[in-house]
Amino acid sequence: MIEVKSLSKRFGSKLAVDDVSFKVGRGEVLGFLGPNGAGKSTTMRMVTGFLPPSAGSVTIDGIDVIAQPIAAKKRIGYLPESAPLYADMSVSSFLAFIAELRGMSGRENAAAVDRALDICFLDPVRNQSIDTLSKGYRHRTCLAQSILHDPDVLILDEPTDGLDPNQKQEVRNLIRRMGEEKAIIFSTHILEEVEAACTRAIIIDQGKVVADGSPAELKAKSKLAGVITVRINGLAGSGIRAALAALAGVSEVKESATGELSFYGQVVPRKADTGLSEAIFNLCKDKNLVLEELRVEEGRLDDVFREITIADTKLAKSA
Amino acid sequence: MRNIWIVFKRELKEQFNSMLAYVFIVIFVLLSMALTFWFRNFFDPNAQDASLEFTYFMWPAWLLMFLAPAVGMRLWSEEYRTGTIELLLTMPVAAWHAIVGKFFAGLAVIGVAIACSFPIVITVAYLGDPDNGTIWGGYIATFCYAAACLAITCAVSAFTRSVVACLIVSVTLCFMLLLIAVPPVQDYFTDVFGGGVSEAISSFSMFSHYNEMKRGVVSFPNLVFYVSLVSFCLFLTSVGIRAKRS
Repeated sequence: MIEVKSLSKRFGSKLAVDDVSFKVGRGEVLGFLGPNGAGKSTTMRMVTGFLPPSAGSVTIDGIDVIAQPIAAKKRIGYLPESAPLYADMSVSSFLAFIAELRGMSGRENAAAVDRALDICFLDPVRNQSIDTLSKGYRHRTCLAQSILHDPDVLILDEPTDGLDPNQKQEVRNLIRRMGEEKAIIFSTHILEEVEAACTRAIIIDQGKVVADGSPAELKAKSKLAGVITVRINGLAGSGIRAALAALAGVSEVKESATGELSFYGQVVPRKADTGLSEAIFNLCKDKNLVLEELRVEEGRLDDVFREITIADTKLAKSA
Repeated sequence: MRNIWIVFKRELKEQFNSMLAYVFIVIFVLLSMALTFWFRNFFDPNAQDASLEFTYFMWPAWLLMFLAPAVGMRLWSEEYRTGTIELLLTMPVAAWHAIVGKFFAGLAVIGVAIACSFPIVITVAYLGDPDNGTIWGGYIATFCYAAACLAITCAVSAFTRSVVACLIVSVTLCFMLLLIAVPPVQDYFTDVFGGGVSEAISSFSMFSHYNEMKRGVVSFPNLVFYVSLVSFCLFLTSVGIRAKRS
């Protein structure tokens, strides 16, 4: 549905987006991650046809955004970063205006506005003037604007920004639900959101794609991934520690707390997936130890995020 | 056409919702009438005929020079300032549809204000036997002049997100374009560059075309001048919007 090929954007001498390529298919929700100023918004603005790219191409459903902007824009719903609105209009008249620009009139227009008001829980404020609304309502009004025409492609720039935890949850659910039949790109700073709503995530840093994969794949890149956390009782802590260290495939044993008859810590394998957890289980069985906890860590997205983006920042500074 | 109409409607509603349109209309009508009665001796008993050419139609050019920019200053600057430009330009609408729609919304407000001066026409018709040709000419001249000032403002507003900067720059531009056709300035140009150059310079001014038209001479070259000036300014607007985006 969305195909981005070696997209670049230069502002003066600064390269804001550098040779970014990716594809998003129907049924996919792509999370866009990156530190502030990494080029997320710029990339999204180019995908929606608002900013002309310096190089590269964007196609929506096979339609080139630069060559056929009107046809491409018809297929896209877009929530800009700061959720801009015409503040002197009421919520429903604003939505009716956008629906008109989207080519809907009369009954079709009214139905589309009602549907969007309903989906975004805006019915209580439908006749209120936008400049009297709270931030959460404004944000949802702008979100409602983007789904009015039930587009195949949704580009959402920080859709949960400024919402309270309940609203965040609602918007995440909404994105996941709509993602089943649309192609969605959304950017966020909140990493748990990516795990909650995305089928795939891209990390952008300094205009470049530095990681691309499903949340699980990204998490596997974490140093923590594959590490086994154990809590074992029944023998002096140091004894258990020595027994764990003696297992094949263990590179390191870190202890967090050792008691007289217990051990709590982490076993770092040389390679992930070597059946180490089974070996630990068997060890406990053979020695009649109580295995209270055995957990293989999946890794944490924020670790990966920090490792990747901080490493790049340091590299750039030293260069 | 449909998109132009949609943008036009919204913009016009905004002008009236924000009271700006009412303020503009009231100030325009009050000032033009006050100036007509106080400074141009509307009731001068020595006047040869009933005419609006020198009494009323003297003033709109001077008023519109700063009132038209007041109407047009928000057209694009406000879109940049609030970020709504990003919404508008990601709609399936060509940029020129939005440009034309917004321009005509501003022009409609000014048109209403100009039309609101109609009691003075009734007054002269009652008092004497005015030349209807010059009255029509005066109105057409005023309207065209307003369109030109508004188009200039429109172009300026496409280059800045500051409403105030847009107002100041547009008023200055409109004033300069008026000034180059004012007789003392024209004389100065004639002294320095010679008559031909002076005439060429003043032909770029809305004011000289305005003066010709309000005499009742609505000629083809005058209309061509206004149409090309407005088109050029709207083209500049699109250049400004494109430049702002990249």
